[in-house]
Amino acid sequence: MTSNLKPGLRYLLAVVAAISVGTVQALQVTDDRGAVVSFDKAPQRIVSLLPSLTETVCELGLCQRLVGVDRYSNFPASVQRLPRVGGGLDPNIEAIVALRPDVVLLATSSRAGERLQALGIKVVALEPKTHAELQRVMLKLGQMLDVPDAQRIWRAIDAAVSAAAQSLPPYARNTRVYFEVNEGPYAAGESSFIGETLNRLGVKNIVPAALGSFPKLNPEYIVRAKPDLIMIGQRSAEGMTQRPGWQGIRALREQRVCMFSADQADVLVRPGPRMAEGARLMAQCLTDKAPKIPSGVKS
Amino acid sequence: MNLRRTSFLVGAMLLAGLALTVLGVCVGSTGFENLVGPLLNPQQDPAQFAMARQIVWEIRLPRTLGAWAAGALLGLAGAVAQGLFRNPLADPYLLGSASGAALGVALALAAMGGGAGMLGDNMMNGGEAVNLFSGSILVRLGLTGGAFVGAVLAVLLTLILSRGVQQTLRLLLAGVVVGVVLGAMTEIVLLLSRDTLQAMRAFVLGSTTFVDWTACLLMAGVWMVCVVVAWLLGRVLDGLSLGDATARSLGLPLGPMRSALVAVLALATGTAVAHTGLIAFVGLAAPHLVRSVIKTTHGRLMLLSSLVGGVLLMVADTLARWLIAPQELPVGVLTAVLGGGYLLLLMNRNTRSARGARL
Repeated sequence: MTSNLKPGLRYLLAVVAAISVGTVQALQVTDDRGAVVSFDKAPQRIVSLLPSLTETVCELGLCQRLVGVDRYSNFPASVQRLPRVGGGLDPNIEAIVALRPDVVLLATSSRAGERLQALGIKVVALEPKTHAELQRVMLKLGQMLDVPDAQRIWRAIDAAVSAAAQSLPPYARNTRVYFEVNEGPYAAGESSFIGETLNRLGVKNIVPAALGSFPKLNPEYIVRAKPDLIMIGQRSAEGMTQRPGWQGIRALREQRVCMFSADQADVLVRPGPRMAEGARLMAQCLTDKAPKIPSGVKS
Repeated sequence: MNLRRTSFLVGAMLLAGLALTVLGVCVGSTGFENLVGPLLNPQQDPAQFAMARQIVWEIRLPRTLGAWAAGALLGLAGAVAQGLFRNPLADPYLLGSASGAALGVALALAAMGGGAGMLGDNMMNGGEAVNLFSGSILVRLGLTGGAFVGAVLAVLLTLILSRGVQQTLRLLLAGVVVGVVLGAMTEIVLLLSRDTLQAMRAFVLGSTTFVDWTACLLMAGVWMVCVVVAWLLGRVLDGLSLGDATARSLGLPLGPMRSALVAVLALATGTAVAHTGLIAFVGLAAPHLVRSVIKTTHGRLMLLSSLVGGVLLMVADTLARWLIAPQELPVGVLTAVLGGGYLLLLMNRNTRSARGARL
């Protein structure tokens, strides 16, 4: 086929091929466990056991390389057709082996890693928990899967988060927000992924970083902190006003509560490439529900 | 006649174990028919052959045999516990080994940074960045090591609190106290490192998924040691069933023999828990199942309940893999349903035929 090409062009092709082969041979990834995993060529068959990694692979435009996912991976819709190989904690080892993956992506804390490695399967453990870690994981996956414009994809996400922040009306800035992840009540603190997004939007979190990422609060703390706005999942929102003493919370009295559906909650909570969409959801909520005069300014 | 019945039962259980091994190799995420082809024609598609061989030889066989070994350890431990404490409600976890193992696992998980975003389910569950990943000893131990060390330390703590093994009641109470206190400590660890919560659940439900040949052989080895020791000490339990005074009057060295039995109990339980998590009911049910068929000496009872325990867990494990294939049920749930259900049935039957009191 190449025989009727000009010799010069053929030479050029050979050089390009040699260069790309050269870079591909050096494909080495250090994962979050510190393990160095090397590949002869970019993995073509991928199993992902973590929803945020599934989404990241797809965001890099390589959804078609996924051959299996965990049961919690539900986005994008195309992954729902893939074989489910159990959860990250209780993966079905033999179902994974049967898929003959070139690499299995999983969380650092998954027990499956060692077992799969012992069976001769390459395992890369990555567990993004913050914006910065997400960037690192995305670029790392981009390098491993040979996606040249991973950097650009990340910048687009980052820019979209900034744009969401820009879109906030002035009155919404400095709103004091309480984000409840679960009836515990567990809150999203400043150091959590959600907290970081809130931070980027320029609003205040009533849970300081010192309390940890997802502290279990005393309900009294929230009453005392007097949030201007409450963000909460739909399910835990029911009965919120019946919690002892909560009727007095101004945000509840004035119905400044954003309830997120389960799908929206996935977007908000997963440290994945949909963080810009999460930021937009929060920005929309703030635009709709934030008080025109924040409580901090009243006297 | 008892001897003949015992040997018949032993034979039956071994046969059942063998049959279940064959069955266990055939059941999993994909039917055996999809594996037989590649296995019989290795030349046709070497990659398929390698995969089929790996699934059968490196995954299904060790976990099937591992299920037997773990069940056998729990059945043996259950019989030892019930004999030692002269209490039909005693189970292998009585000396606090379950809560100790759970605490060990929780600490190891917390040290590893928990099961973070792994679940991403709709409970809006995030990830906490407690990455103490820098070679902490707990991480090195891993979950298996953490569970084993936790279980053994908990039993030692129980022994210290009860000042030895002389008084059964004291030992029993100390075991309960240790169980409750360590359970509370586990709760605190889980509260501080919230992500570990879900991972803990997976451990508590028990599973044979991670059993490889090393784990399988280790459990088999420990089982052999334990079963021999228990067999040799069966006499002391026979004596004890007539009361401490009678046992002593028979000239049995109660102290050392009790210690040895407690060691068997702790070792068997710890090994099983470390590799398969907390599996409910096998240890409690196995001795009762044996007693419902045959009345025999403690030595034989221990051997038999061990074999019954192994078969019971194998059945449960095979079912767990088969019922909702290609997904899996946690095997602990099934043992509880199977063992518990059968036990209830047995109780009712016995009450009705007025033979009562046996259970």
